[in-house]
Amino acid sequence: MRVDHAIRTRLLISVSQRVIANAEELTALDRAIGDGDHGINMRRGFEAVLTDVETLSAKTLGDALKGVGTTLVMKVGGASGPLYGTLFMALGKSLTEEITREAVADAFGQAIEAVKLRGKSDVGHKTMLDVLAPVHAVICAGGDDLPARLRATAQAAAQSTIPMKAIRGRASFLGERSVGHMDPGARSSALIIDAVADVMEGTA
Amino acid sequence: MSANVGIVIVSHSADVARGTASMVEQMVGREVPLGWCGGDPDGGLGTNVEAILKAIEAAWSESGVAILVDLGGAETNSEMAIEMLPAARRERVVVCNAPIVEGAVMAATEAASGATLDAVRRTAEELTPR
Repeated sequence: MRVDHAIRTRLLISVSQRVIANAEELTALDRAIGDGDHGINMRRGFEAVLTDVETLSAKTLGDALKGVGTTLVMKVGGASGPLYGTLFMALGKSLTEEITREAVADAFGQAIEAVKLRGKSDVGHKTMLDVLAPVHAVICAGGDDLPARLRATAQAAAQSTIPMKAIRGRASFLGERSVGHMDPGARSSALIIDAVADVMEGTA
Repeated sequence: MSANVGIVIVSHSADVARGTASMVEQMVGREVPLGWCGGDPDGGLGTNVEAILKAIEAAWSESGVAILVDLGGAETNSEMAIEMLPAARRERVVVCNAPIVEGAVMAATEAASGATLDAVRRTAEELTPR
């Protein structure tokens, strides 16, 4: 399919608005096991994306994604800036206007590897990767009702970080005490996937 | 090699970064190019790439720049900032795995003697327990 100007605009707006609308929840999650700024930081970043939405969506899909990445790196502050920045920049590097499920699966896989390197982290460490990896598996498998399954997978994957013990990031200082709380980065990743699924289903 | 290696201090707190920088200036002197930053773009606790890039610019030396960081995000953001530097500069900036205050003072002491970037980094990292 072709990700045209209208779809690019809807994607950027949907994702930004979802993160901004849930900023308080993200901050509350981060207060439990981090430094309580994830929502504030992510809101600052995606507000900057919204401000630039016309310029960004006028670019090709790859350049728009890279532009979102750069904006997040510069505006978010905190470790989530470079981590989400890296995710979007890596996606932008390999995605072109005409996308196929295979191309997205490929790009998403490369982006996950880039995030792993940036955060020196891996799946199972109670991070955003614990949402992105299962979502990637769903994209790779394909099939019917893809948006609904992406949504459900991301949601369940974020929940699955609750019993995990943090290995990376601020939460790792808490060790066992990080158990019992959802990872804020996993939650923000699930929100972003959910907002993309809305656009895929034509409801945003 | 004539210029001394520069030192950059990246803390989540502007107060910690400023205080560490002033310790370096008072204990080592001003012959080491020094940059520091702390806090998020809104003035709260945090680190951000834009400020780190400015601090690297402030401390720039042809002999290179050693960065001292406090907690995780400071390291991640510093590594991101290094990647965003022009290619010719990228190879000459390192993040030291060392405690921020002691590391900054030790690294600056070494840098003031005209040591190479590698030696400056090693001196700072000797403080890290293995």
